[in-house]
Amino acid sequence: MTPVVHRVVGRIQETDDVTTLCLEPVTGARMDFRPGQFNMLSAFGVGEAAISLSSAPGDRGPLRHTVRDVGAVTRALCQRDVGDLIGVRGPFGSDWQVPQRTVGTAVKDVRDTVVIAGGIGLAPLRGAVHELVAASHGGGGRVFLLVGAREPSQLVFNDDMEAWARDGARVLVSVDRASPQWHGRVGLVTALLSDAGFDPANCRALLCGPEIMMRFTARALVDMGVAPEAILVSLERNMQCGLGWCGHCQLGPFLLCRDGPVVPYAGIVSQLLTERER
Amino acid sequence: MSTTIGELVASHPFMAGLSADDLALVVGCARNTVFQPGDLLCVEGASADTFYLIRRGRVSIDVHAPGRGSIVIETVGPGDVVGWSWLVPPYRWTFDARARDPVGAIAIDGACLRNKAGADPALGFALLSRVSTELLARLQATRMRLLDLYGDHSER
Repeated sequence: MTPVVHRVVGRIQETDDVTTLCLEPVTGARMDFRPGQFNMLSAFGVGEAAISLSSAPGDRGPLRHTVRDVGAVTRALCQRDVGDLIGVRGPFGSDWQVPQRTVGTAVKDVRDTVVIAGGIGLAPLRGAVHELVAASHGGGGRVFLLVGAREPSQLVFNDDMEAWARDGARVLVSVDRASPQWHGRVGLVTALLSDAGFDPANCRALLCGPEIMMRFTARALVDMGVAPEAILVSLERNMQCGLGWCGHCQLGPFLLCRDGPVVPYAGIVSQLLTERER
Repeated sequence: MSTTIGELVASHPFMAGLSADDLALVVGCARNTVFQPGDLLCVEGASADTFYLIRRGRVSIDVHAPGRGSIVIETVGPGDVVGWSWLVPPYRWTFDARARDPVGAIAIDGACLRNKAGADPALGFALLSRVSTELLARLQATRMRLLDLYGDHSER
């Protein structure tokens, strides 16, 4: 697939090392996508990286991608300024399976949804939370957002979290290390589970963050009575082609660029999360 | 209709499953209490003669660092327990515990409960099982936090 050239029309410095790029195609219409999918973004002359879409499909305006500076390509992407060009291939992969405002026939789901994000793991979930909160006003289930971060300065999408809380979502945030100005909760994100108030017997859970966090959180959810089949996790490996051809992102029977990143926790994924690398 | 201290103790998750006889022994050492935001439930270095079953509000576990003020290590809330130092010598608090909100709690006299547990091994075992479960959960959470899960572990 040939990258479609997009222009940076806005950038948001979320934290010291996390930047949201707002992109519009230089020619043609904005792509359709589902929350949880990712694009391959090219910093021309440097390389390509898999970056989740952090927009909501129902939102108008540019596509958002939230990038953490962790290497040469992501650093180049984070340094792109308004007016610069970026290549975009996608969207790729599976999604969170949430009702979408853009799909008029979406089946109403009245279950509680508990969304659990660690660090920048909130980025691939942002669009899903937008859609879920909107759906909750149309008879959809309640939305619970539990967010963990290393420290308050590492929290992303603070304005969105406030807006979601105003719109009826229960938003709980915990940090590992508190600053003197922080008056919120301090502790592991799993400590938020018992206080959230969702119905374990009638809910689904969407998890994205470091794999260790997802492993322990998924276990804690199951211990609370959440069905493993109702838990989705987002897994990442070395995504390269995006089409399931090159095999770089293989995890057990999955090619995560094609079969993931969003996969059910039940069954083999719960075992793969504890698999040691060989 | 007022709620008795016995009902409050019996309804706290920490006491779930305790027999009626054992509950009665615990209730004999318990009293209802409230704290306003900023109040200290316990102070580092002071005698640890009480522990608290939190019913409502949030409590921070703090340590004072010279030049840095109070550093919050953890926050706990309804259903949690504050204080383990009543259980093991020298019965001295290791950290401060401070109410962040209006806090409702059941205060339990540690010496009273230690004496009863010493005289009644079944009660002692039931309590230690619960304490061990809580401590294990806290230890595991602390280990997870030591991993710095959300940090950047890439090799640049």
